[in-house]
Amino acid sequence: MGRNASLLSTQTELAPKRRIKVLVAKLGLDGHDRGAKVVARALKDAGMEVVYTGIRQTPEQVVNAAIQEDVDAIGISILSGAHMALIPRVMQMLKEKGIDDILVTVGGTIPTDDIVKLKSIGVAEVFIPGTPLSEIIEFIKNNVKRKQ
Amino acid sequence: MSALKGDQRSIARIISEVEYFNPSSSEILLELMKMSGYSHVIGITGAPGSGKSTLIARLIDEFRSKDLKVAVIAVDPSSPFSHGALMGNRIRMQKHATDPKVFIRSLATRGYRGGISAATLALVEVFDGLGYDKILIETIGVGQTDIDIMHAAHTIVVLVNPGTGDEIQALKAGIMEIGDIYVISKADKPEAEDAFKQVLFGIEGGILGQESDWKPTVLKVSAMMGQGIKELADKIDEHLEYAKKSNRFYQQIKSRRLQTLKSSLSWFIENKLEDSLKSNADLNNIIEQVKSGQESPYNAVLKIVKKLF
Repeated sequence: MGRNASLLSTQTELAPKRRIKVLVAKLGLDGHDRGAKVVARALKDAGMEVVYTGIRQTPEQVVNAAIQEDVDAIGISILSGAHMALIPRVMQMLKEKGIDDILVTVGGTIPTDDIVKLKSIGVAEVFIPGTPLSEIIEFIKNNVKRKQ
Repeated sequence: MSALKGDQRSIARIISEVEYFNPSSSEILLELMKMSGYSHVIGITGAPGSGKSTLIARLIDEFRSKDLKVAVIAVDPSSPFSHGALMGNRIRMQKHATDPKVFIRSLATRGYRGGISAATLALVEVFDGLGYDKILIETIGVGQTDIDIMHAAHTIVVLVNPGTGDEIQALKAGIMEIGDIYVISKADKPEAEDAFKQVLFGIEGGILGQESDWKPTVLKVSAMMGQGIKELADKIDEHLEYAKKSNRFYQQIKSRRLQTLKSSLSWFIENKLEDSLKSNADLNNIIEQVKSGQESPYNAVLKIVKKLF
C-alpha cells in the first residue's frame, strides 16, 4: 500500500502539467481571421494549448470539435453581424449535450445591447475591438471551470 | 463504458486522462489494451507544410466511403519558451468534425522529441480498443531524425515536398529511410516531377525503405486537386494486406507497445533528472564546476550517473 501510494505520488509529480486548452474558432461566413489568429498566438504565448479550427465554421463544427478536443474554453470570433443567429445555437447545443464546464467567450464587433443578451444565455464575456490581449488571457485563466 | 458505444464526450475524457498520465488512466488503458490489436495504424509524416493535414482530410473521405471508423491523432509542437502550443491541423479536417464515425484529436509534444508525443502511442491503444478501423497519426512537421513513428504505425507514408532539395536529400539517412509509401505532394507543381524521379531512383537503387519484403512505392498526389488520392488509399490497403500476411501487423503492435513503455519511461526519467539536477546540492556543485571549466563534462556524467543510479 505504502509503495503504491508513493508510486502514485511520483506519477502525479512527474506527469505533464495540465495546461489550459482553448478552441479558437471563426463562426459563420466571414473570413476576417486576423483577430482570431492574433488571439490564438497570444494564448499560446501565455502557455495555453490552442486548437485553431479556421474560418467559416458552423455551430455544429465548433461544438463537436470542442468536445473531441476536450477543451476548457471556446473563443468564438465573429465580425459578420450574425452573432445573434449563430451564438445562441452554440449555447443551445452545449446545453443539449449537458456541457456546463466549458467557458465560452466571444470576440468581435458586438453592439452593447447584444452583449447583454449573449451574457444572459451563458456567454461568459464579450471582448470588443481594442481589448488588450492581457485582459483576454487573464479572463480565461481566472474563469476556466476545470481544475488545472 | 459509454465510450465503447461511441459517446464522443466519454472518449474525449478518456483521452485526456491518458494523455496526462492521470493515475486513474492506467486501469482504463489496460482494459482498452485487452480489446486492442485490430486497428490499422497509418503514420503520415513529412516536413512542415508538406501537406499532411490536407492529405489526411482526403484519406478520411476515402475511408468513410467504405464506412470505416476513422481516428486521427494530430501532433503539433509545444513552444520551448511558453510551453503553450498553437495546433492548426484540424483546419483542413473540419469538414469531418460533425461525422460521428470520425474522431480527431490534437496533441502537443510537451517537450517530447521524435516527431510525436509520449502520449501519442498510448492514444493509439485507446482508439484501437474502442474499435476504430483506421488510426491516422499526423506527426509534427518533421526534421531528418524525427522517426519515432516507425515504431508505432503499420504503414508509413512519407510526404515529400517538391522543390526542397537535390537528389542527395532523397538519399540521406533518417526520415527518408522509413517510408512504406512515398508521396510527392503538391503534384500540381512543376517541380513535382523532379522530386518523383529522385525518390524513384532511391527506391530502385534499394536505398529507400525499411528492410523488408515490401518494396516501397512512390506516388504523386495533389491533395488540393484531389488527384492520386484513390491510388494512395488503395496502396495503403495493399500494404495492410502485406503486413497481415507477413506477420508485420502483429510485430508492429508489439513494437508500438514497447515504444509506448520506452517513450513514457524516458519522459519520466528526463523529468526526474531535471528535477534532481535542480534540487540536489551535490549535483548542482558538479554542474557549477563544469560551467566554470574546472571539471570535464564527461567526468561529470560519470559522477552524476553514479549518484543517481
